[in-house]
Amino acid sequence: MTGLSNVASLYWFSPESVLTAGILVILVWDLVVRGVSRRTAGLLTLLTLAAMLVATFVTHDPRPRGLFGGLIARDPFSDFFKILFAVTTAIVGIMALRAKDAIDYDDGDREAGEFFALALSVTLGMNLMAASTDLLLAYLSLEFVSIMSYIMSGFTRRSRRSAEASLKYVIYGGVASGVMLYGMSILYGLAGTTDLVKIRLAAQHANPVAVFAAVSFCMAGFGYKIASVPFHMWCPDVYEGAPTPVTAFLSVGPKAAGFALLIRFFAGAMPAEIQTESLMGGAPWALMLACMSAVTMTLGNLAAIPQQNLKRMLAYSSIAHAGYLLMGFATGTAEGRGAVMFYLIAYLLMNLGAFLVVLAIAEAGLGESIDDYKGLGYRSPYHAAVLAIFLISLTGVPPMVGFVGKFYLFAALINKGGSMFIALAVLGVLNSAVSLYYYARVLKAMYLDQPARSEPVLVARQHTLLLAPLAGFTIAFGLYWSPVYNWVVGSLAMWLPQAQAATAQLLR
Amino acid sequence: MVFFPLLGIPFLFMVPRGKEHLTRWVAVAAAAVPMVAAIYLYQHFDPNWGVKNGNSGLQFIEHAVWVRSFNIEFYMGVDGVSVMMVILTALVCLIAVGASWSVPLERSIRGYFTMFLLLETGMMGVFCALDFFLFYVFWEVMLLPMYFLIGIWGGPRKEYAAIKFFLYTLAGSVLMLLALIALYYNSAPTYLVDGTPASHTFDILKMAYANSYANVPPILGMNFARLVWVGLFIGFAIKVPMFPFHTWLPDAHVEAPTAISVILAGVLLKMGTYGMMRINFPILPEATTWASVGVAVFGVINILYGALCAMAQKDLKKLVAYSSVSHMGYCLLGMAAFTGTGMSGAMLQMFNHGTITSMLFMLVGVIYDRAHTRGVDEFGGVAQVMPVYAAFFGLAFMASLGLPGLSGFISEALVFLGAFPVFKVMTILAATGVIITAGYHLWAIQRIQLGPFNPRWESALKGHDMDRREWATLLPLAAIVLVLGFYPTPVLDTIKTGMGDLVNLLAHGQGAASIAGLP
Repeated sequence: MTGLSNVASLYWFSPESVLTAGILVILVWDLVVRGVSRRTAGLLTLLTLAAMLVATFVTHDPRPRGLFGGLIARDPFSDFFKILFAVTTAIVGIMALRAKDAIDYDDGDREAGEFFALALSVTLGMNLMAASTDLLLAYLSLEFVSIMSYIMSGFTRRSRRSAEASLKYVIYGGVASGVMLYGMSILYGLAGTTDLVKIRLAAQHANPVAVFAAVSFCMAGFGYKIASVPFHMWCPDVYEGAPTPVTAFLSVGPKAAGFALLIRFFAGAMPAEIQTESLMGGAPWALMLACMSAVTMTLGNLAAIPQQNLKRMLAYSSIAHAGYLLMGFATGTAEGRGAVMFYLIAYLLMNLGAFLVVLAIAEAGLGESIDDYKGLGYRSPYHAAVLAIFLISLTGVPPMVGFVGKFYLFAALINKGGSMFIALAVLGVLNSAVSLYYYARVLKAMYLDQPARSEPVLVARQHTLLLAPLAGFTIAFGLYWSPVYNWVVGSLAMWLPQAQAATAQLLR
Repeated sequence: MVFFPLLGIPFLFMVPRGKEHLTRWVAVAAAAVPMVAAIYLYQHFDPNWGVKNGNSGLQFIEHAVWVRSFNIEFYMGVDGVSVMMVILTALVCLIAVGASWSVPLERSIRGYFTMFLLLETGMMGVFCALDFFLFYVFWEVMLLPMYFLIGIWGGPRKEYAAIKFFLYTLAGSVLMLLALIALYYNSAPTYLVDGTPASHTFDILKMAYANSYANVPPILGMNFARLVWVGLFIGFAIKVPMFPFHTWLPDAHVEAPTAISVILAGVLLKMGTYGMMRINFPILPEATTWASVGVAVFGVINILYGALCAMAQKDLKKLVAYSSVSHMGYCLLGMAAFTGTGMSGAMLQMFNHGTITSMLFMLVGVIYDRAHTRGVDEFGGVAQVMPVYAAFFGLAFMASLGLPGLSGFISEALVFLGAFPVFKVMTILAATGVIITAGYHLWAIQRIQLGPFNPRWESALKGHDMDRREWATLLPLAAIVLVLGFYPTPVLDTIKTGMGDLVNLLAHGQGAASIAGLP
């Protein structure tokens, strides 16, 4: 597969180039001035992201292209995720400006430059993950994201919890990516190429059992990134131990990137019948994904119920949300993928928002356990109210965006039909009801319990300001979401049936 | 009209600190506007407008496209059934604001009324929405304010009651969500209100009149329409609440503050039966016919079981709560009969129960505010010191047990008349429920009002008969109960055309009763 030549690709690759330049600038600046202040580094990060967004919009083109001889795709789908990642990183960047556990600002901001450079590097890796159309690049970008994430989750060097988190993350990650690499090597052996589209053609004639085994092994790597059962064990410990901005970042960014890669892998690499149909003719993908999804959301929700630490509870809830997302993905239809992408937007808003409140409250001197939130509704009405909005949205109650996202997921399942998907949908809605229980525990602590002390909670101004748009969009998109959904559909257009043939032509 | 209460919320926050008592008057104003609007609606409502006149029998329609990519419309309107419910909601909410005086000012009264008005908006929206998606959104919007209202301002076990209510209703409504999506995907192509073609629709009326779900292929090995019907029905039955889904109700009613108990019993329960009439019956008439015996059986169980439970209660509020379970059973029985009389009776029972039970809860609130206990056995001879209270109490209890001349009798009689030709044995069984009902009502009156006065309440009750505010809140309800007891025609006239269309639809199946004036 040829795609565009290296030189011709550069224009289409400009968002990533801009990002790389930004990383280098921050690193060099940090070296030259011996420790860049966190304000400067943060500003540079936001500027870099803004420049990357501008580059993305300028070079945006609805027609898909293969870059660098077909290693990377530049299409509306990857643009969608570029924008998603940029927004995530920007929000996390602002969060980190005032987060003692990420950048110890009493200590002269020594780590600021490194922190922001790492965050941008992860963004770069995620961009490549969402765009890769080649097994080799998929693996490399996934590892790139992983390694940067290991460092970020261990960023608080003096905290034992943070170090533990990092180490756990490394060990699980190493095993998962090893298994995935094994699966990829089988695929290469079957197809004789690492190009996803060619693998797709070859896999149609290959031994289905071998293909199934290979892809199941690959799922270990993807499942690890999106934190789905049975590859979720790292998640609660890492989320609890890592600095809060990093936790927020990991719970949204790499998860979204994992889904992007998953969608690309299954849509690109697998023969059509494998995407949907059952045993032996293809392989029971849908069944496998549905089982993963069912177990993931049930386990995530049930395990979240007894948690006392809010970060840990949100970690389990994010496992549950990975289950909901997998549910939409398991349908294998364009509608299901659209629902996944829409849900990712909703999830970005509400999950980052929830973590931001946790961070803001922790910075104000309260703890992270649910007991510390007692009476918050009276001590800090604004923060309690926005946290309530995020949690209600995570539960999936209208009129919040989380409800709309879940609605699309369930709609995709019901429209696909078949006993398995309808049973999965029933399980999904019952899980939503279960999730209400633990989210409501926080609501209860905030509003129903009396505060131990009554003085107001003092929260950093940038956190307070940033919460307003997050909460605002959580409600606004819950009331009117047409533009968002149209954007999602536009980004998916190349996988709609009529566009598929044309896409295959263009990529060749 | 639906959003009027919301407009009141900013005003609540404009009330300066230290003058919190003004918030109550703002809330009164915010609740009075929908009341005026509801009266206007009733005045200008044409009771003879039916399906054959066009617009599927709806009036006062607001119709616009909301979310084009999913064919969701903003579609509201009323027919005879919903108009009565809207009036009931407006009335009960206004009265409940009056009952909210007992909520202490220092417990964030602004938050209280904000939640209260949000709740009113949700309820109004449910009764007016004609787009299923919109209906669902309003339905869910109510849950959260209710959770906080019970959880923050409730009684000693408020937290348990609040989360139980929330979980129960959410579990029911998520099943409804799936049913809603399934109905959407099996609806025929149609046009949105602005003329753009749509492949499916959420429009409740189009689902009812332009679609038949009887022939959709089975899912999960079961008949599609029946499965969806059951999904919807469970969602609504939890709200009614129908045995065996009723266990949230005694907890929620007992722990909620008086005003919220009034709303719960007066309006919220009716949403369950209204939902069945608006959604289950017209959209899936075949499945409804299939399930009618089941509904009737559950109705009878509700009547008897609720009455027996009520008899066993020591807490006056719990007694009233179980009497609600029992009375909603009449609605189910009447609806299941599919006769015009039975349906009208059920509808009238919804309205009457709304007013009577509101009175009951207010009366419980009156004595609780004074004595701070609700034990039925702890009082006695209250009539000697609070004659006016005793008079209202007697009136409300007599109405509730179905004394001829008061409104409860008419609707129960209509239900029995309508149900008897269809379910003979069950109606007879249900009629024995009336005896039990009379039993526990009279027994409660006897224990509280009659007998020797319990000197323990000397200071709390003596000379503290009902004040002017309590008069003002109870008098309109008492007047309605009396008037409808002798002359129920205003209500029956309003609902008759809408009910007639529904009965037609059920009798002849879909298609036959349609389709005058559908676009």
